[in-house]
Amino acid sequence: MSAPPAPRPPLWREEFPIREDEERYVTRRQFSRFLVLTSLGMFVGNVWILAKTWFRKEPAAVEARIAGASALAIGESTVFEYPAPGEPCLLIRTRDDRFVAFSQKCTHLSCAVVYSKERDRIECPCHLGFFSARDGRVLQGPPPRPLPRVLLERRGDDLYAVGLAGPEDGA
Amino acid sequence: MTGAPAFFIDPSRCIGCQACVNACAECESHRGHSMIHVDYVDRRSSIATVPTVCMHCENPTCAQVCPADAIKQDENGVVHSSLKPRCVACSNCVLACPFGVPTVLVEIEQMMKCDLCLDRTSVGKRPMCATVCPSQALAYVPPEEIERTRREKPVNVFVFGRQTVRTMNFMMAPPALDRIEVDVADYTWEVEG
Repeated sequence: MSAPPAPRPPLWREEFPIREDEERYVTRRQFSRFLVLTSLGMFVGNVWILAKTWFRKEPAAVEARIAGASALAIGESTVFEYPAPGEPCLLIRTRDDRFVAFSQKCTHLSCAVVYSKERDRIECPCHLGFFSARDGRVLQGPPPRPLPRVLLERRGDDLYAVGLAGPEDGA
Repeated sequence: MTGAPAFFIDPSRCIGCQACVNACAECESHRGHSMIHVDYVDRRSSIATVPTVCMHCENPTCAQVCPADAIKQDENGVVHSSLKPRCVACSNCVLACPFGVPTVLVEIEQMMKCDLCLDRTSVGKRPMCATVCPSQALAYVPPEEIERTRREKPVNVFVFGRQTVRTMNFMMAPPALDRIEVDVADYTWEVEG
């Protein structure tokens, strides 16, 4: 007659084992060590980000001719890519016959914004964020920042994008 | 010397000099409190004495009965004193230990017991009691040396009634014995007359 297999210890015994090497739960010391190391990691990461920001070089302003600007009717808008391909911007000829240009990416979640001729404002259809067509500031909705404005310069018949104005430039 | 040393207790060699008790009490981690005691077996008729150190059971009874999860066994099999933040000084371990080893230090409300001088054995030294024992009733030597120098046989299985206890330390027993059986009924008697 073979001996019956040893019964499995009760759950409470597995959770509170006698042998130290069978401990499964984190001790207070392990937890504090985890907290300290994680905080240290986050601190180092923040310092790294800060250093990166300090030593970042501002990219030189790119100039680009905006095609089709002269053909734009009053109250119409067109899309061009600036400062690099794949970065769409919106050129608007407002009702009072001024040219303004903004990045087309909504500052909320990067949806493409469109110009509404009737209401003379820039609208984001995703979450109904509205921007002023005059200076790009937020009129309503979730966007946290104004749209980055593209600085324009007229040279003869052609319209040139000559840079991006940050929010601090009074865009 | 070959092999890992083990702890061997031979009561027949004990001369009752109390050197182990006093050496143990010198330790700075529990100064003044000895974790070993020397008992007279039957003082009226005999001078025989027995030293008692923790046997470091494989499945320690003291830890099994601890309600506070305070008694732990490390990966070497050494059963340690109760963890100070957990121990509630309930004396369950004192009552449960079949060898009578743990003591509760009431003034600090903590159970303390022999930990095989972990500070010494972990760096290759012998436990203090085995170092000072003049008759080597307490010996910390490789098993081969015990086999070579002693007539008695080291035994680490003890039967207390229905409880069988296997220990890390060895008790020297007559060669015919494979295990040491202790029945309380053997030690009860009526005084005649």
